[in-house]
Amino acid sequence: MFDKLGERLKNIARNLSGKGRLSASQVKESMRDIRRALLEADVNLNVAQDFVSEVENEAVARKIYDSFTPAETIIQIVGEKLIGLIGKAEPLVLDKQPSSILLVGLQGSGKTTTAIKLGIFLKSKGKNPFLIPADVKRPAAFEQLRDMAERENLPYFSERLDNEVKLCKQALSRSVLKRYDTLIFDTAGRLHIDIEMLKQIKQIKETVNPSEILLVADSMTGQDAVNIAQEFENALGITGIILTKMDGDARGGAALSMRKVTGKPIKFIGIGEKVDALEVLHPERLASRILGMGDLKTLQEKAEKAVEKEEVEKFQKKIQEGKLDLEDFLGQIKQLKRIGPLDALLDMFPGGKGLKKMMDEKQMVRTEAIIQSMTPKERQNPSILDSSRRKRIASGSGTSVQDINRLLKEFKMAQKLLKQMKGRGGPAALSSFFR
Amino acid sequence: MNLRKTLQKTRDNFSKKLRNLFGKRDPKALVDFENLLIESDFGVDTAVSLVGTLEKTTPENYLSSLKKELINILNVSVGGNDYTKPIVELYVGVNGVGKTTTIGKRGWTLHGEGKKVLLASGDTFRTGAVEQLSKWGERINSDVVQSGYGADPAAVCFDAVDAAVAREIDYVLIDTAGRLHTRNDLMEEMKKIKKVLKRKREDLPQETILVVDGTTGQNALQQAKQFNEAIGITGIALTKLDGTAKGGIVVSIVNDIGIPVKYIGIGEEKGDLIPFSAEDFVTAILEE
Ligand SMILES: Nc1nc2c(ncn2[C@@H]2O[C@H](COP(=O)(O)OP(=O)(O)OP(=O)(O)O)[C@@H](O)[C@H]2O)c(=O)[nH]1
Ligand SMILES: Nc1nc2c(ncn2[C@@H]2O[C@H](COP(=O)(O)OP(=O)(O)O)[C@@H](O)[C@H]2O)c(=O)[nH]1
Ligand SMILES: [Mg+2]
Ligand SMILES: [Mg+2]
Repeated sequence: MFDKLGERLKNIARNLSGKGRLSASQVKESMRDIRRALLEADVNLNVAQDFVSEVENEAVARKIYDSFTPAETIIQIVGEKLIGLIGKAEPLVLDKQPSSILLVGLQGSGKTTTAIKLGIFLKSKGKNPFLIPADVKRPAAFEQLRDMAERENLPYFSERLDNEVKLCKQALSRSVLKRYDTLIFDTAGRLHIDIEMLKQIKQIKETVNPSEILLVADSMTGQDAVNIAQEFENALGITGIILTKMDGDARGGAALSMRKVTGKPIKFIGIGEKVDALEVLHPERLASRILGMGDLKTLQEKAEKAVEKEEVEKFQKKIQEGKLDLEDFLGQIKQLKRIGPLDALLDMFPGGKGLKKMMDEKQMVRTEAIIQSMTPKERQNPSILDSSRRKRIASGSGTSVQDINRLLKEFKMAQKLLKQMKGRGGPAALSSFFR
Repeated sequence: MNLRKTLQKTRDNFSKKLRNLFGKRDPKALVDFENLLIESDFGVDTAVSLVGTLEKTTPENYLSSLKKELINILNVSVGGNDYTKPIVELYVGVNGVGKTTTIGKRGWTLHGEGKKVLLASGDTFRTGAVEQLSKWGERINSDVVQSGYGADPAAVCFDAVDAAVAREIDYVLIDTAGRLHTRNDLMEEMKKIKKVLKRKREDLPQETILVVDGTTGQNALQQAKQFNEAIGITGIALTKLDGTAKGGIVVSIVNDIGIPVKYIGIGEEKGDLIPFSAEDFVTAILEE
């Protein structure tokens, strides 16, 4: 389902390459597929439809019907348009002394977590940030922010007041006293149709006169994203969007809708619950994710981040010497887990489907259990695994002897694959995946 | 809380447009109908299949046959309720969907029915989570079993069941940390919670509720599939329907996986949880 559009475009390319001349119905069909891919990614219907007709117009303008490489042209147009629509990564504008950042959004979208993430980010840029827990509504919102801030050694406003506007005012005067240069206001989650609550946030805005008003939105949001963004924009005039929970497998099309209706940039992406899981926007990546097309660059970068260099070198050496053992295999499995959701990852490079089957998550859990039930000797030298050892391992790991046989077979296959790849140089992404 | 009133926004957006469309008595309206469904997060597949259903009838009957079809889909028969005390309900879901709040509200409902409720703080990960549930405990007058941050959530559940037996509790509501269905390690942690409960007593937990944010788009289907595969979901709580989101994806979820919706959340206060009835819900959405 994920790379349907990519597949379709590739098919068109395959069928037509060299032949040229596209039929009108083929163009219509690929436009339908583009529309569908966007809708499946939660891009708003109207936004998707506008997008598709723009693509079609552009395709005709670029003489798609006379083109010898029509599919490539379509892919190119889609890519360009999508990246254009997503817009560039824009930095925070912190133009006051001190500058305030107001985080707003629906309930549970990730504001409090993002407040801490931004605090850490700004501190790493040499700023002196101050956190203000201005959510007096949700039970234990204060404790949530306090505990994270203390853990990260970030200063926060610790006075408790029932009135959020007053609280913000006091925090502001405190910050001047203490010479903080950036204030991050965490606010209560609110619905975009809750008039009372919107009034309140407007008052906060007037009080703190923020440099940035960032709408924190969940990447899993559906079609309603346009209304949410529009209402917050109308009420406050937001300056940017932060898209959270992108570590999952949501395609994140809501971002496109929100960007389109507000015209405001997507400034950051949240990629995990941990406090350092914040990234600046990479438009090409978001584009390929929304389309569900593989993206080698992301894969490589992700893999590189997670795998320590030393381990990589050690591992490469072992491959070269043909000394790869089950322990390394286990190490790899663990690393793969660390890199993130495997499905999304394997979708990112050509040929990933076969590997996906071999290393699907459930299988990996079993594999890990089996290897953990082996003695170090057995891991280093799987050839000593006779049937009684296999039986012991099976009962120790809660699997069957068949499972163990299968694993050993897979292990052999992996060894072989690695050797072949080494021989042929192998696609870069694939070897980075395996190293 | 009145369902009809709460779903006002949904009706404004959905029902009015729908009546407009169907009022034309024109099969061409089905194209717009499909779009309306897509805009309500039903997803392309479900939208196309609902259109297919209506195509089989005449324009005069569009509304009634839509109503029938939706009720038909959403009306999943629910197993018997002859559970043995304590009844353990495990609440799971991705981050920020409303698990803790739903537990608070559910506890309040049960409290109103004269049941003895115990809350168990199985989210030992997110800062403030334990305090959040404690505050709900105070709010609804229920005891809370908790442990420190970083504690094994399965152990908390184990203790909670013991406490429930000792205190003759009717219902144990277990809160868990939010987890994305793509995180294998966290899904394993959740399976362990269930395993530990099962070891306590074979019939525990009697209910495993997946909490789904009504604002969620197509990803909710993935959530439901993965969570169901991992621990077996017995019901869905669909939250945040007090916004303008239609939660249409739940129709796909119920249709594809056959898990019934049990509750809908319509606000942040303790009274804001409604037991789900397909008939009432569909009527509330479609009526004028
Ligand atoms: N996986 C993942 N979880 C996240 C991310 N950002 C936030 N979360 C989680 O989402 C949940 C809600 O996040 P919060 O930061 O409490 O959200 P909030 O907007 O402050 O919520 P309210 O104050 O209730 O409106 C928590 O469980 C967070 O740990 C992210 O980028 N990825
Ligand atoms: N408007 C609205 N907000 C809700 C509803 N249910 C939960 N919330 C809010 O959503 C946020 C996240 O809820 P919480 O219970 O902490 O989610 P959890 O992370 O899944 O436990 C909180 O701010 C809740 O007050 C609902 O039905 N309507
Ligand atoms: Mg918060
Ligand atoms: Mg919670």
